[in-house]
Amino acid sequence: MAERRSTGLRAERIILYAVLLCLAGLFLLPVYVMLSNSVKPLDEIRSGNLMALPIVWTIEPWLTAWSTAQIGVQPTGLKPYFINSFLLVVPAVAISTLIGALNGYILTQFKFRGANLLFAAMLFSVFIPFQIVLIPMAKTLGILGLAGTVKGLVFVNVVYGIGFTTLFFRNYYAAFPNELIRSARMDGADFFGVLFRILLPSSGPIIVVTVIWQFTNIWNEFLFGASFSDYSSFPITVALNNLVNSSTGVKEYNVHFAGAFIAAIPTLVVYLVSGKYFVRGLMAGSVKG
Amino acid sequence: MRAGVLPKLLLSPSVLLVLVCVYGYIMFTIYLSFTSSTLMPSYEWTGTASYQRLFAQENWHVALSNLWVFASLYIGVAVVLGMGFAILIDQHIRAEGVFRSIFLYPMALSFIVTGTAWKWLLDPGVGLEHTMHDLGWESFAFGWIKDSDMAIYCVVIAAVWQTTGFVMALFLAGLRGVDAEQISAARVDGARTWQIYLHIIIPQLGPVFVSAFVILAHMAIKSYDLVIALTNGGPGRSTWLPSVFMYQYSFTRNEMAIGAASAVMMLAAIGMVVLPYLYSEMRKVKNG
Amino acid sequence: MRKKLIATVLAGAFGFAGASFAADNSVEVLHWWTSGGEAAALNVLKGNLEKQGIKWNDMPVAGGGGEAAMTAVRARVTAGNPPTAVQMLGFDILDWGKQGVVADLNAVAAKEGWDKTVPAALQKFSKYNGKWIAAPVNVHSTNWVWANKEVLAKAGVTSDPKNWDEFIAAAEKVQKAGFIAIAHGGQPWQDATIFDGVVLTTGGVDYYRAAFIDLDPKAINSPTTEKVFQRMSQIRKLVDKDFSGRDWNVASGMVISGKAGFQIMGDWAKGEFLNAKKVPGKDFLCYRMPGTQGMVSFNSDQFVMFKVGSDKADAQAKLASAILDPGFQSAFNVVKGSVPARTDVPDTAFDACGKKGMKDLAEANKKNTLVGSIAHGHAVPASQKNAIYDVVTRHFNGQIDDKKAVADLAAALKQ
Repeated sequence: MAERRSTGLRAERIILYAVLLCLAGLFLLPVYVMLSNSVKPLDEIRSGNLMALPIVWTIEPWLTAWSTAQIGVQPTGLKPYFINSFLLVVPAVAISTLIGALNGYILTQFKFRGANLLFAAMLFSVFIPFQIVLIPMAKTLGILGLAGTVKGLVFVNVVYGIGFTTLFFRNYYAAFPNELIRSARMDGADFFGVLFRILLPSSGPIIVVTVIWQFTNIWNEFLFGASFSDYSSFPITVALNNLVNSSTGVKEYNVHFAGAFIAAIPTLVVYLVSGKYFVRGLMAGSVKG
Repeated sequence: MRAGVLPKLLLSPSVLLVLVCVYGYIMFTIYLSFTSSTLMPSYEWTGTASYQRLFAQENWHVALSNLWVFASLYIGVAVVLGMGFAILIDQHIRAEGVFRSIFLYPMALSFIVTGTAWKWLLDPGVGLEHTMHDLGWESFAFGWIKDSDMAIYCVVIAAVWQTTGFVMALFLAGLRGVDAEQISAARVDGARTWQIYLHIIIPQLGPVFVSAFVILAHMAIKSYDLVIALTNGGPGRSTWLPSVFMYQYSFTRNEMAIGAASAVMMLAAIGMVVLPYLYSEMRKVKNG
Repeated sequence: MRKKLIATVLAGAFGFAGASFAADNSVEVLHWWTSGGEAAALNVLKGNLEKQGIKWNDMPVAGGGGEAAMTAVRARVTAGNPPTAVQMLGFDILDWGKQGVVADLNAVAAKEGWDKTVPAALQKFSKYNGKWIAAPVNVHSTNWVWANKEVLAKAGVTSDPKNWDEFIAAAEKVQKAGFIAIAHGGQPWQDATIFDGVVLTTGGVDYYRAAFIDLDPKAINSPTTEKVFQRMSQIRKLVDKDFSGRDWNVASGMVISGKAGFQIMGDWAKGEFLNAKKVPGKDFLCYRMPGTQGMVSFNSDQFVMFKVGSDKADAQAKLASAILDPGFQSAFNVVKGSVPARTDVPDTAFDACGKKGMKDLAEANKKNTLVGSIAHGHAVPASQKNAIYDVVTRHFNGQIDDKKAVADLAAALKQ
């Protein structure tokens, strides 16, 4: 918004901040509950109030969740599966971002019959529900020899990320000033030249949007992770599910909350660190349709 | 520029993958819905029997009516709140980054984490209601999550909390993309702030509404994890959504054909809603 | 020089041949026992296998009493890399047997005489087409009541109820004394677990079999069924207002801590009481659902062996054998709260309730009053089990009345 006069609008500003603070408080409530209960000893949770601050502070639940909690037959905590998730997410995000950029480039800079239809087809693919995918993809992974491996999980997540990543880059490049590309072509830049020397270097904002979106979705993904992995490759979402959903025994809620938080830290960091670029990236054209 | 061999070649892996792993699987599912599949796929043709059984399931009708309630509330509230938050944040406030992060961070959490945290907050025995009672407000009652009729609204609350920040980011970007000159011109003409928003800015946000709608609709369809973590489909079956129905019938109940039939119905419904948007996207190509 | 070359080639050839005959001494086990107690029980098996040089690769998928695990199994089998063994219950085992992807354990079974030591009602689920395909780990039973002795004393309940009416009267006394009468978690399977016991006490084994195993419409539409639902409604009045969605072990906790008097739950509840250092007979009571003494509705966790490569077959056979080993059966079930799946295991290591469970099982096996649990997939296959869940849970949540419940049940179970 353009300039505004501050005199005479004090009351409005106060109300504005008050409303924002209330909303912020509401939004932080679940995380507050999770955090404050993750540092309480178990008897305090059982006897006390979920929303009260801890009387006794203890870091035990966090240590337990990380390295000694029961995930399966061995008390390994979440640590080994944290690593599995990284091994899955980093290549998957890198590859799907690259594919999105390539597809966006091709779909906006080259005319050929059916280009629009192909894009629409890719876009519709984001709506496919997991339940349909499970059995045929298992068969496909079996045929490709990727069943139960991290590579297989990367493959699956890349395939189902094509829709959104292509959408982000395609809209971004559609708004890209053509003169730059035309002059680069006249200077002799070929297919890859335009992509790597003109488009990608200016794609910072949309790369951030894509990476955030894909990182979050793939890191938090559970159903593929449980079904297409085996004992050596399952990700942290499966481990967290095992921690939280065990069917007997005392439920150590403080450990559960600590575990849920540990599993959420990478995505939270990604969001907090790059939130500003996220908005900038969205501004830069993906939103304009 | 006319496409030579290279661009088409480089596009083809994506096309092939989507063709096989999306549309191929959809075809497979459509075929399954006409078979007698139970635990695993069977290829024995049974015609429309599975569809007839599908429509006879009370669980399906519960899921559909819940979807109607859930989707319209979820999308409606998230859009209104998201736009509202964006407008508030757009007012040149201090610590904009902090507020923005606070509204945006829920999107970083997985549905399982969201569901678990909200399950606690909304449980009358240990959450909000219990706290209010402890604080002295004895008559406060918020046992929706245990009530067959009201539990679906708890799913709405958790889902809205999760995605409003993202919608806010979309709108914020859109707001900031509006031409500043139009706004200054309107100011000069004496327009009040709310009038400027209502008559100049919001009408230009069409594409943002559409993007938000697509993303929210896509999350509403995929909301299986959230429902399971929050209510496990309960009390009884009262918070079932079609995604839960699909999973339950395809897997837990060993009724894959009925699950496939429900998936076909869902895809058809999504298609009808989304096709107009896709059509408009198809026409919006800008190239040289 | 030439001799060295020949020697190298020969060594390489033998090395190669040796490698291709080497057995894979590891088993991958998919299960949902992820809590501390369950893992401790499973670790007994892991330890026994490691002593034989077999490595245990753990694939836990928790949740829903195996729901998520069963979905993962589907994917694994379709992809062609099934785990060596998968934990499964009841009819699911037979459904997988039908798919033709399971291993044949007859060799191990014959050698160790499983046919003689495993109760016949269990064998129904361990074998397909006359071949052993699964190794049963335990026998749980669902028609139990657990009670807090002190709460009952305070409420003036002086003797164990012998039949349904006495049970309801006792529960009402507890409720009047200011406690919660029945601690219950409102989840479909828990509602159905109560249903198991109510069906047994209302109609006996013959009705149970006719209506819920043979699905005879006459039995389903009989007045007995309406009586069953009437009794479920009576239970409904005795639970607290926050029962919906509560986990079963939280409900057990209510009895342990003295907030509630009774819990109707399978014998896995015993583990909660023992973990809280409560002593059977002194702090808590365990008896069959009043009116069902002499009958046992059971469910049995079994490890189904899938067809794996010939290199893994040896390790798989050893796993199956280790599961049925009497020492393991005793150690595992003492921890788990269930009773051994073979009838020749001594009961010395078990607590009072465990001993009673084993005695009841042996008796029911002899008198043919051992029936599969409806709630846990041992009476009818998954599709009908869930249809029964639908009706029972809708009725328990007050969405349909007794008569409609009978009608809905008949419609759902129509063959």
